[in-house]
Amino acid sequence: MDLDILVTVFDSSLRLSIPLLAACLAGLWSERSGVVDIGLEGKMLVAAFAAAAASYAFGSAWIGLFAGIGASIVFALIHGFASISQRGNQIVSGVAINMLAAGLTAIVGNAWYGQGGRTPPLEGAQRFGDVIFGHSALVYLVLLAVPITWFVLARTRFGLRLRAVGENPAAVDTAGISVTGLRYSAVVIGGVLCGLAGAYLSVGQSAGFLPNMTAGKGFIALAALIFAKWRAWPALGACFLFGLLDAVAIRLQGIALPGIGEVPVQAIQALPYLMTVILLAGVIGTAIPPRASGVPYVKER
Amino acid sequence: MSPAIQLSDINKRFGEVHANKDVNLTVERGTIHGIVGENGAGKSTLMSILYGFYEADSGEIRVGGKPVSIRSPADAIHVGIGMVHQHFMLVEPLTVVENVMLGAEGGTMLRAGEAKVRAELARLARDYGLEIDVNATVGDLSVGLQQRVEILKALYRGADILILDEPTAVLTPPEADALFELLQALKQQGKTVILITHKLREIMAVTDRVSVMRRGEMVATVETARTSPPELAELMVGRRVLLRVEKSERAPGAPMLQVENLSVVDHRGVLRVANVSFTVHAGEIVGIAGVAGNGQSELLEALAGMRQPVLGAMRFEGQEIRFADHNPHRMRQLGLLHVPEDRLRMGLVPAFPAFESAILGFSDEAQLGSGPILNHDRMIADLADKMKHYDVRPPAPRLKTSKFSGGNQQKIVLAREIERQPKVLLVGQPTRGVDIGAIEFIHRRLIALRDAGVGILLVSVELDEIMNLSDRILTMCGGQITGERKPAETNEQDLGLLMAGVTDEAA
Repeated sequence: MDLDILVTVFDSSLRLSIPLLAACLAGLWSERSGVVDIGLEGKMLVAAFAAAAASYAFGSAWIGLFAGIGASIVFALIHGFASISQRGNQIVSGVAINMLAAGLTAIVGNAWYGQGGRTPPLEGAQRFGDVIFGHSALVYLVLLAVPITWFVLARTRFGLRLRAVGENPAAVDTAGISVTGLRYSAVVIGGVLCGLAGAYLSVGQSAGFLPNMTAGKGFIALAALIFAKWRAWPALGACFLFGLLDAVAIRLQGIALPGIGEVPVQAIQALPYLMTVILLAGVIGTAIPPRASGVPYVKER
Repeated sequence: MSPAIQLSDINKRFGEVHANKDVNLTVERGTIHGIVGENGAGKSTLMSILYGFYEADSGEIRVGGKPVSIRSPADAIHVGIGMVHQHFMLVEPLTVVENVMLGAEGGTMLRAGEAKVRAELARLARDYGLEIDVNATVGDLSVGLQQRVEILKALYRGADILILDEPTAVLTPPEADALFELLQALKQQGKTVILITHKLREIMAVTDRVSVMRRGEMVATVETARTSPPELAELMVGRRVLLRVEKSERAPGAPMLQVENLSVVDHRGVLRVANVSFTVHAGEIVGIAGVAGNGQSELLEALAGMRQPVLGAMRFEGQEIRFADHNPHRMRQLGLLHVPEDRLRMGLVPAFPAFESAILGFSDEAQLGSGPILNHDRMIADLADKMKHYDVRPPAPRLKTSKFSGGNQQKIVLAREIERQPKVLLVGQPTRGVDIGAIEFIHRRLIALRDAGVGILLVSVELDEIMNLSDRILTMCGGQITGERKPAETNEQDLGLLMAGVTDEAA
């Protein structure tokens, strides 16, 4: 019985941590290259919508996934154009992406399906079915992104250059490498991962798109990224921890705790957020971001 | 044999500014070629063009006799040009090996290239004595060693021509000597070195030829052996300059600022000034020599009231300063004024018009307005008057502070502080980023102030400045005072050792 509960909690923690993990890795790529990305939320949301819509239209979850990734990349490129080519403020651009995504998905969704912004429910091949141990292919795809991210950053030429450009773009420029090219690549990789995260939400975990279904996951992913100090394996741990908190919160609803009694649902739901604040406030020590993150690269005279 | 570098009629404009005007330069193979000029003379622009950081508007570049098109640093590296920038182009969290291989990794995977880098670094260490811990994180290395990494980067990429931009600005004298030995060794191996500097002493010591730039133009190229520092200074400025301002002997007066066993910690709680004691008398310039970052900044800030010392005592005109209510305003009221080290961060507000920057810290003075209202006309008239006396160019009080050159900004700060009749003046790096002509002016002012009986504490990383101005020299290293000397009884080697922490007791 107890073991059963443990397995269930582990299982739902994993489910809940997957979108966080994909978004967190997306942020990792972007920020390690020096582009701050608070638009993770927005990219997930457009990806979730595009994935559900395409999946519904073509009857294939895989087409949905590619549509989601495509939509997310488009938004990533908007962010890249604003912050890399135009050297705009990366926070402002990210906020704009989030607002645009929230409004656009709701309006377009309502116009197409007339269901208050929802897509029609997906079924059968329109969703990712469970393949191994009760989890869909997307789960394994996202988990696989962790070692790949680590390996590429640590062991390849591209990774070395990417790490360098996030710390000191001038060093990369004087070494004869394109700062712009590197940053765009990183932003697009971030787009792909956000696409995975969004598609997982609408065609993996649920059966269709709901307005604002990301519900702050993009921001929790950013918190996890800081918690993980911008490293891939710790990101896995951090996201799983946040997933676990979420799972426990769900589990605790309606259960009377010894000595305390029944805890209000809202208090339990606040737990992951509270934990985020506490973790970030002191437990993990100082997390030093890539030095050049958030700073547009301008050649000095 | 064709020259290593030939630049012909290079032109470069940045908007209104004609940074390089028909510049011609020939650098012979296997020589050390110096380029001198004031700030903004166009030296850095010219080298940036050669290194592909900018493209010239017109002109031709020949490397080894062949015309080349250098449109990016990658092109420059390809034709064998390497550059050591004044601000190092290093990635601090990466290791030495990773920094060296960045951009020259030798394959998609790092592993293969890494072995090659290690072997090559070992060879360079053998051939040139460039030993370094290849696995160290660059951010943990001393500035001198970081510079070595920059040189290694260039050599690893096969540079035959090495450009160094103000390489000694951050080095101790012994480190600088070691660098010059290295440059000689590179020359022996047939490499060509271009050295950009404003220190004429270095030009005289190591170069074979020297080119002088002034206002974007190349005004002369001479054999180093046939010229002299005064001649070079005149070429740079366009008029005669005194490199060394005369000053008479003067007996110091009463003690003005007394510091006993002072200790100061920085914002992270690290001890930066440890148990320091000294006295500044009236009519005396006390110079503090030291490599940047050895506690001089924190000492100045503590004396000025910007930072509270954790231990020790301070007396001003014999009166004890209580650290509990120690602040810049109080120190200024007592007559201790401060020309801070970093004028753009602490001395001025770059975005303000000059007349507003010129009253910072004194905005509550009665003559500047009535009650809380500032009288702009009076502020402008006041600064216009000071600008005349301090030869600030252009004499335009309404011009934005950031539009003035470094030397003129510094004169605005000096005018603001000196005209308030200090009893003691703290001066940090008074001539950093200041042209030779303005240096002469500032030095004269400081000596005149001393002759008028003001006690001056001068902190500078320029040894020449310390030697020329000070009546007494204190050396600082690691937050401690490591020695005291009279300028007449010391030399650069001696001070260099003290600045490196070799104390009198240890010697």
